[in-house]
Amino acid sequence: MHPVYVEGIGVLGPGIQNWQEAVYLLKGEDTYLPGRTILSSPESLPPAERRRASRGVMAALQVGYAACAMAGILPAEPASVFASSGGDGDICNAICSAMAAGDHLISPTQFHNSVHNAISGYWGIATGAMAPSSVVSAYDGSFAAGLLEAVSLLLTLRTPVLLVASDQDYPFPLYAARPVPDIFAVALLLTVTPQPGKALVQIRIPGDMPFAERPGQAMSDAQLDDLSRAIPAARCLPLLQSIARRDSGNIVLEYLPSQYLVLEVAPCR
Amino acid sequence: MSILMISGVTATSCIGRGLEQTLAALHGRRGGLAPCVFRDMVVDTWVGEVAGVDDEKMDADLRDFNCRNNRLAQLALSQDGFTDAVEVAVGRWGRRRVGVFLGTSTAGMLRTEWAFRHRDAVNGQLPAEFVYAGTHSPYSLTEFVRRKLGLAGPAVAVSSACSSSAKVFASAQRMIDCGLIDAAVVGGVDSLCATTLYGFESLGLLAKEPCRPFNVDRAGISIGEAAAYMLVERVTGPQDREAVWLLGVGESSDAYHMSSPHPEGLGARLAMERALVSAGLGPEHIDYINLHGTGTVANDAAEAIAIANVFGTATPCSSTKGATGHTLGAAGALEAAICVLSIQNGFMPSGPYTGPRDHAMEINYISQNQGAAISTVLSNSFGFGGSNCSLIFGRPI
Repeated sequence: MHPVYVEGIGVLGPGIQNWQEAVYLLKGEDTYLPGRTILSSPESLPPAERRRASRGVMAALQVGYAACAMAGILPAEPASVFASSGGDGDICNAICSAMAAGDHLISPTQFHNSVHNAISGYWGIATGAMAPSSVVSAYDGSFAAGLLEAVSLLLTLRTPVLLVASDQDYPFPLYAARPVPDIFAVALLLTVTPQPGKALVQIRIPGDMPFAERPGQAMSDAQLDDLSRAIPAARCLPLLQSIARRDSGNIVLEYLPSQYLVLEVAPCR
Repeated sequence: MSILMISGVTATSCIGRGLEQTLAALHGRRGGLAPCVFRDMVVDTWVGEVAGVDDEKMDADLRDFNCRNNRLAQLALSQDGFTDAVEVAVGRWGRRRVGVFLGTSTAGMLRTEWAFRHRDAVNGQLPAEFVYAGTHSPYSLTEFVRRKLGLAGPAVAVSSACSSSAKVFASAQRMIDCGLIDAAVVGGVDSLCATTLYGFESLGLLAKEPCRPFNVDRAGISIGEAAAYMLVERVTGPQDREAVWLLGVGESSDAYHMSSPHPEGLGARLAMERALVSAGLGPEHIDYINLHGTGTVANDAAEAIAIANVFGTATPCSSTKGATGHTLGAAGALEAAICVLSIQNGFMPSGPYTGPRDHAMEINYISQNQGAAISTVLSNSFGFGGSNCSLIFGRPI
């Protein structure tokens, strides 16, 4: 397949504040210390939406803005792909708990925030983007599914595409059935023609052999490796590490059962 | 984008199991809605329930996927020789070259609601029989169908509320264009549950009688459930003049509000215009429009403005949701199947008669079934979050 280029990255997770910090952690120049994910509220969201948006939405918007800013692209411009393993865990848990207790008066705001494409909707409201926006899910392989969707959207439209993958924790009791411990969000601003000085890495999906039957190597830092396995969106970390280290070679990402996605990566500058 | 051959179609909703019953109901203008007596739910509304879903038996190795959504998915898969058509495509392209792209808004939500009513009295845990990955996850439907069909290509769930199973056509078309696959099973499955019934009730969007899209006294939606699939394939060799094709897809975002449409239908208009561009067609080429037409005051008014802006006031259009109910995440695929039936059988379905039309909306909403040689149709699907998708089906012009 035709290669694509990453020109902007945003990332937020437990113990990771932004891409600039993440580079040091992923290169091993700073020690990764697990913590809780700390959100900041995006000022660009209209006040009414800021009140209604959940923490999962805030995290996704934050990394989306960061990736666009790094690439020097207006957030309203790119088409978008939002990938997430589940929807809003807090809302799902709250609605199901209330209904099981006999309370059928669901809050209208909670109901419209419960849709899996809530982040895509808030992104459009916040940025004014009217471009196509895909919303995909593939359980633990949601990041890879989102990347595949983003690459095919990019190669079709040939205009920049923003990929945002994010997941959030469920409260008890859903937590026991799906133990996602915290919020993780990552955004990649992808282009089809590299701009000199902007493009960080070239990614190519080998069209003749896109999938492998075995997973890639574990990450060398055990705690980063744990994080990458704990939250579906954090399955991107092996790719982010290769970008941070400016490695060339193949990255294997979790995708479907017994089917892993192969990426050929090469640094641009 | 390239056009795709449609080599398999099936649809199951409250108006019929498979295409023959669906077509007969549309010809007879029979609706499938009935007062809601679904499980123990107390909502003053009508619903489109599919009969016999709970009689489906799951294969032993797929027990983890047992929920109403996947039982409905299985029931529908066994209609219209669809699995045979998939086997033929597998023979032609190979299992790894056939993708699965399915839309759902509910997945197995009904099962999750059950689990919350059966928590352990002591420790509050959900019952051990509740399997998140197989029933609650949006991807549960896709993985279930993928295993039922024995496919090994790329697979994804699209969950963008009521545009979900229209947008799967776009994803599949793009991946075929990129050369990663040669064929795809696309479609959608959505099933009745308390979350959608009580949720739409809380928004004041449920009609108390069967929904009446584009009527002067329309008062909201009726929720239905459905499963519909299509097999789409890369075009090779000479084109069969009788076949129906996916000609174009257009997507847009409203960027306006989470649960209300843009009042002038701006996002809807963009989706339709992009679909026409993608098909290389002008508005004059569209013979019939299957509207999103949910029956809420705001949705129908906004869609009418958008239609009038793109097509003028002459193109015949109708909503079939008066017959099937709004099947949410399955609506795009269900109505895509109805569009194919409409082309193959040369008729435009008007839906059940539900009273006088709203003539403030200047579009040609057909008041009865019309027979006509139609070669090109457009289908609209719009969802919460301002997610819009328009599909164009037809015979190559």
